[in-house]
Amino acid sequence: MGPLIPNGFIEEGWAYAIAVVLGFFFGMILEASGFSTSRKLVGSFYGYDFTVVRVFFTASVTAMVGLLYFNYMGWVDISRLYVMPTYFWPILTGGVIMGLGFVLGGFCPGTSMCAAAIGKIDAIVFVIGSFAGILIFSEAFPLIEDFYYSSNMGRLRIHESMGISSGLFAFLFTMIALIVFVVATFIMRRVKKVEY
Amino acid sequence: MINNDKKPAPFLNPYFGGILLGILLLMTFYITGRGLGATGAIKSSVIASVQGISPQHADETEYYNLFIREDRNTLNTWLVFEAIGLLAGAFLSGALSRRLTWRVEHSPKITSRTRLIFAFIGGSLFGIGSQLARGCTSGAALSGSAVLATSGFLAMIAIFGSAYLFAYFARKLWI
Repeated sequence: MGPLIPNGFIEEGWAYAIAVVLGFFFGMILEASGFSTSRKLVGSFYGYDFTVVRVFFTASVTAMVGLLYFNYMGWVDISRLYVMPTYFWPILTGGVIMGLGFVLGGFCPGTSMCAAAIGKIDAIVFVIGSFAGILIFSEAFPLIEDFYYSSNMGRLRIHESMGISSGLFAFLFTMIALIVFVVATFIMRRVKKVEY
Repeated sequence: MINNDKKPAPFLNPYFGGILLGILLLMTFYITGRGLGATGAIKSSVIASVQGISPQHADETEYYNLFIREDRNTLNTWLVFEAIGLLAGAFLSGALSRRLTWRVEHSPKITSRTRLIFAFIGGSLFGIGSQLARGCTSGAALSGSAVLATSGFLAMIAIFGSAYLFAYFARKLWI
């Protein structure tokens, strides 16, 4: 039956109203988890606060296992969900540029909007910066167009790439997440506390 | 509860916050067939601004044209409405937790000015990188991983992996 809108169970006209509601909870959860402070966000990269790693991987595992369960129960047709094609080199390069942006700017786009909403001026400047970055990218697009469309490997799914079942992959990923949480706790005990 | 009125409320337990975020992402896929995102809304505002200043330039630039539709306003996209909700939700959470303040948050070892310069640079890099990768931490990495997209895991590893690699060189900004 799901996804509800693409399969016609909810009228397309409701999409924007639903977007506001889902976005509202998105903003609330991010803010309440502490994603409105850059010093907490980058704490993961210096070992004094692993909130981002814990929230991110818990959310990823919850949604992944939930979708597999929904699919198994016949509530959602997983093949109807959007999978972005793997443009290998552009995604890798873009990801590395974003990683650098993360440690220099202290936010990612979603968290910067969340922090801007509660009055963090550094977050507002970050949002203006990302506006500028997208403008630069768009204007320079002809120069990088070939690279942008290069190495398209299609709509790959990771378990198929690895030749294992989706359930086994989800299990292994959950185990990795648990190990990461334990290691994070261990590191935090040894790293000097940062007050903020 | 004595004299605690002025202090901000504590943050959620990160695992509890993560489960809530995961359930929200699950519901988003269940209802819409797509995940959550953030950069898409900023991209739409860039395109709408360029259209406002010079419609001709917007029409002549190839990248904007990938996202301009004749039949609707550029700002009428799912992610723009989601972002409006995001701002309202974060504001309400901040208000309820007494965290609404106008301030530049930075390490005591750097000035506000330095913090703002690097926030701008970091934002620009995220803007450029997210276009190349077709999504940011929310749209590419988190939403992609939930549907087991190889692209999502690639983005996740690239963003977090390189952030750890570059962290050493940026340490003076934070610790």
